[in-house]
Amino acid sequence: MSEIGQAAGRGRRVFLLDLALENRAILISGAVLLTIVCISAFAGLLTTADPFQIRPRLRLRPPGPDFWFGTDALGRDVFALVLHGGKLSLLVGFLAAVCGAVIGTALGLVTGYFRWLDTVMMRVMDGIMAIPGILFAVALVSLVGPSLWSIVAAITFSEIPRVTRLVRSVVLSVRDEPYVRAAEGIGLPSALVLVRHILPSCIAPLIVQTTYMFAAAILAEAVLGFLGVGFPPDIPSWGNVLAEGRAVFQRAPWTIIAPGLFLALTVMAVNILGDGLRDRLDPRLSRATKVSA
Amino acid sequence: MLRLIALRIVSAVPVMLVVATIVFLLLRLSPGDPATILAGDMAGPDAVARMRVELGLDRPLLIQYFAWLGELAQGHLGQSILSKVPVLALIRDRIEPTLVLAGAAILITVLVAVPLGAIAAWRHNSWVDRAVMTLSVIGFSVPAFVIGYLLILFLSIRADLFPVQGYVSPFVDPIAALRHLVLPSLTLALVFMALIARVTRSSVLEVLGQDFVRTARAKGNREGRILWRHALPNAAVPIITVIGLGIAMLISGVVVTESVFNLPGVGRLTIDAILARDYPVVQGLILFFALIYVGVNLLIDVAYVIVDPRIRY
Repeated sequence: MSEIGQAAGRGRRVFLLDLALENRAILISGAVLLTIVCISAFAGLLTTADPFQIRPRLRLRPPGPDFWFGTDALGRDVFALVLHGGKLSLLVGFLAAVCGAVIGTALGLVTGYFRWLDTVMMRVMDGIMAIPGILFAVALVSLVGPSLWSIVAAITFSEIPRVTRLVRSVVLSVRDEPYVRAAEGIGLPSALVLVRHILPSCIAPLIVQTTYMFAAAILAEAVLGFLGVGFPPDIPSWGNVLAEGRAVFQRAPWTIIAPGLFLALTVMAVNILGDGLRDRLDPRLSRATKVSA
Repeated sequence: MLRLIALRIVSAVPVMLVVATIVFLLLRLSPGDPATILAGDMAGPDAVARMRVELGLDRPLLIQYFAWLGELAQGHLGQSILSKVPVLALIRDRIEPTLVLAGAAILITVLVAVPLGAIAAWRHNSWVDRAVMTLSVIGFSVPAFVIGYLLILFLSIRADLFPVQGYVSPFVDPIAALRHLVLPSLTLALVFMALIARVTRSSVLEVLGQDFVRTARAKGNREGRILWRHALPNAAVPIITVIGLGIAMLISGVVVTESVFNLPGVGRLTIDAILARDYPVVQGLILFFALIYVGVNLLIDVAYVIVDPRIRY
């Protein structure tokens, strides 16, 4: 574990590229994900249709040559909405995953390293895990109002305990290793021991966990939108496009199927990427596959 | 055994305390204080002030916190500001659809996902294994409400096999209840099945590589007997753990599924309360769900000892 962590720390960019080339699952899912990110980022170049343009006379048109994914209840082009909506959904997923990873790692490092903190912190984490994440998020967003940061914060909150537990378990497994003892022995401050000598061992499992959080956060944004507390409809996101489709679903199923398909494809690519990275980076977790192979 | 149960209950107390604290702070995060919201939009400043005294919001935050904890310790979850009905009574009235739905989903999961996962492990790297793993990734990736709507579209609207939405109590009309239950319970079970099939597969895979399985084979046992009698019981602990952790997933799923299929359960009650800003009900329900989660995991800790006699606390 620690060897791989250090290898990851040394030249991570090159390392990840190597991984992608030798593992088909990582390569394909990475490519799909990159494509979706590019499609969303350059949505304006791929479709000239304005996602905000309302055409009352062209409401609920089925998919056809003019509107590839049909139109919604306001006559807006669903194809344009889905492409432009990806920006916000991917951004929320990315921010929530990164915030969750950073906060969770910081808490996990101190919790694992300072024993007196351990009991209290782990009970707090158990408490957060006991609160249904979606309910907490819906309650928080409806209280403070939907905005990019309130939605990111609401999603991040329930992801933190998993990261904290993960990092803590790695810290506990390496904190008594001779190299950590040696670093402490020469009088290195605890913060430096943690960052320089313990953190590198956490990198590999963290990369995997962050990918899964990214997938979970994209799904959570969609669920928040669906339950009626997502982004206001003036900025498209997959969540609120799906929410808008809910009312007219029986007459115009494409309003749910098109964004749902894009969302599912993205989340699937991220999940497969996570599985591929886990099999490759975290030998402890993929041991089961190796035993019988 | 009794000592174990007592110990677990005691260790659940601080966890619930953390939950209560977070819920308390969550309500205090609202812009403006709760009295303004509780008094309603039409209330004048004196009505708000009266409400503040009535709710004890004029007292220091710490006093409020402990007073509220005291109420909770006596089993008072508060009452709805809209209907004035106690939260516990609301839960009691709405719990049946939720229990029926969740029960059916767990049943489907255990009956389908555990055998599928075990077979996938047994036929490792075969097409069965690939198919199960692919379905599991799909189950993880498609949002439950999209699956629910697709099921409604194809099986209710196009094929007219099942009713579109609504709930019928199994105590009133068992046949109609079953027909109303099929699509919601499938929708809810799908994510759960994806999770359980995956864990079962990796757990059984690990057990199949162990010496006692080879011994069982050497004794001339049939493969089926090896899988179901030797491998699966020894793979049970991780599976049971994940079923417990999956309860959180199931609760979130219940909320979404009840909204898709318009079922009058506790999940729907929660979303309605949140959207109506009925904060005492929201607080009470989040605590209630957390208690279920903690309770189920407590039962699972006890189940370990029954399933695996090697585990001692």
